[in-house]
Amino acid sequence: MRREEIFETVREILAEVLNRPVEITPETRFEKDLEVDSLRAMEILAAVEDRFDITVPINVLNEIRTVGDLVKEIEKLMEGDHGHL
Amino acid sequence: MGIFDKFSKLAAQLNQVRALFGGFNVVIEKIISPTEAIVNGQKVILAGTNNYLGLTFDKACIEAACAAIRAEGTGTTGSRMANGTYHSHVALEQELSEFFGRRATIVFTTGYAANLGVLSTLVGRDDLVLLDADCHASIYDGTRLGGVPVYRFRHNDVEDLEKKLRRLREKNPSANILIVVEGLYSMLGDRAPLADIAHLKEKYGAYLLVDEAHSLGVLGEKGRGLAEEAGVEDKVDFIVGTFSKSLASIGGYCTSNYEELELLRYASRPYVFTASLSPANIAAARAALRIIRERPELKERLWQNAYQLYGRLKELGFELGPEPSPIVAVRFRQPEKALKTWYGLLERGVYVNMVLPPATPGGEALLRASVSAAHTPAQIAAISEAFAALA
Repeated sequence: MRREEIFETVREILAEVLNRPVEITPETRFEKDLEVDSLRAMEILAAVEDRFDITVPINVLNEIRTVGDLVKEIEKLMEGDHGHL
Repeated sequence: MGIFDKFSKLAAQLNQVRALFGGFNVVIEKIISPTEAIVNGQKVILAGTNNYLGLTFDKACIEAACAAIRAEGTGTTGSRMANGTYHSHVALEQELSEFFGRRATIVFTTGYAANLGVLSTLVGRDDLVLLDADCHASIYDGTRLGGVPVYRFRHNDVEDLEKKLRRLREKNPSANILIVVEGLYSMLGDRAPLADIAHLKEKYGAYLLVDEAHSLGVLGEKGRGLAEEAGVEDKVDFIVGTFSKSLASIGGYCTSNYEELELLRYASRPYVFTASLSPANIAAARAALRIIRERPELKERLWQNAYQLYGRLKELGFELGPEPSPIVAVRFRQPEKALKTWYGLLERGVYVNMVLPPATPGGEALLRASVSAAHTPAQIAAISEAFAALA
């Protein structure tokens, strides 16, 4: 899957979970710009895992602040290039 | 920017509560019995103590603790690895092994340290941890201290667990995967679907650790916890627990059929770099463990009380946890309503635990009542009546 496709799928997931259309760029910050709280973050994570058939380690969650961070993490996990994975 | 500026949001919330109620830090001015205390100059029924079997004032436990202090002193002043392993520490470990029917047991200084000590050491960087999202902070902290990859599945969701096991197994055919769940979850008092989880553990060649902190002495015919009740003790590789609930003392343990568990003593920082349990705590825990074996009627009484309180609060229309258990959690969508009810209960002479987000699952607020075998039917009725007045 190309980065643009991942980005588009993430946009769809955010719109579904936040229940509103969202304008995002790779620089959009989850907490500051989209006002995603920890509960919504869990829902977004679950949807991302199901849609991409990956499992995201919670260790990396603190590092994911922007949409771009998430897209990169999804790319890594889909390639199976995550540490020991 | 001062070093405390990061707490400004917390400080504002605290001030808000103080303005309304004058604060919510409860000081037990005098403890009267396992179920009664003086708070704010007033006698209250304690319904939020984890004192499931009500043994904190048991005569045998008190005598044992006093005798231990006289014989062995007030503290060990040393690590288990140095001068802090007394005969009584070893005896308690053997008694726990016998109680659980397992080969090896390690005693830690608190339940928190037991999870920290086991999870930070047992799981290495090439292993994976898969834990229930509602697991206790000590489980999360243990994996953080170990710096290992951690994945979580939705609370009590066997389907989600299997999905994650399948994905992780496909990508890591030979990795050790440790599944971590709890017997009774401390916030809502619900059990893990342990038979199903044990089945998945076998299917995907994983290990299984169950934290029985709230279920020791509470679940299972012999009081060994959910693994016993669910009939899957042979599939549970590690049990972690605490002495600070049913055993009315303080301390923690891990027990296993793997004799290699002993190796953790030499590698576990929370085991090595802290002083060992005081002789009094060890003696009280040993006496309480004997009582669990000898007086099964305490567990019966505990459950009668649990059913009575759960049933009555349900009748009153409160939103409760999914199943009756000694932890009766009353759920509030508005934290303010929980605060008001909590304070109202205290004014009516009933103390329960209040748990606010983010310590709660799902962002709701909880009033967490816990019952004890030591509560009389009249006390359970009084607790129910206090809730009824605020319903």
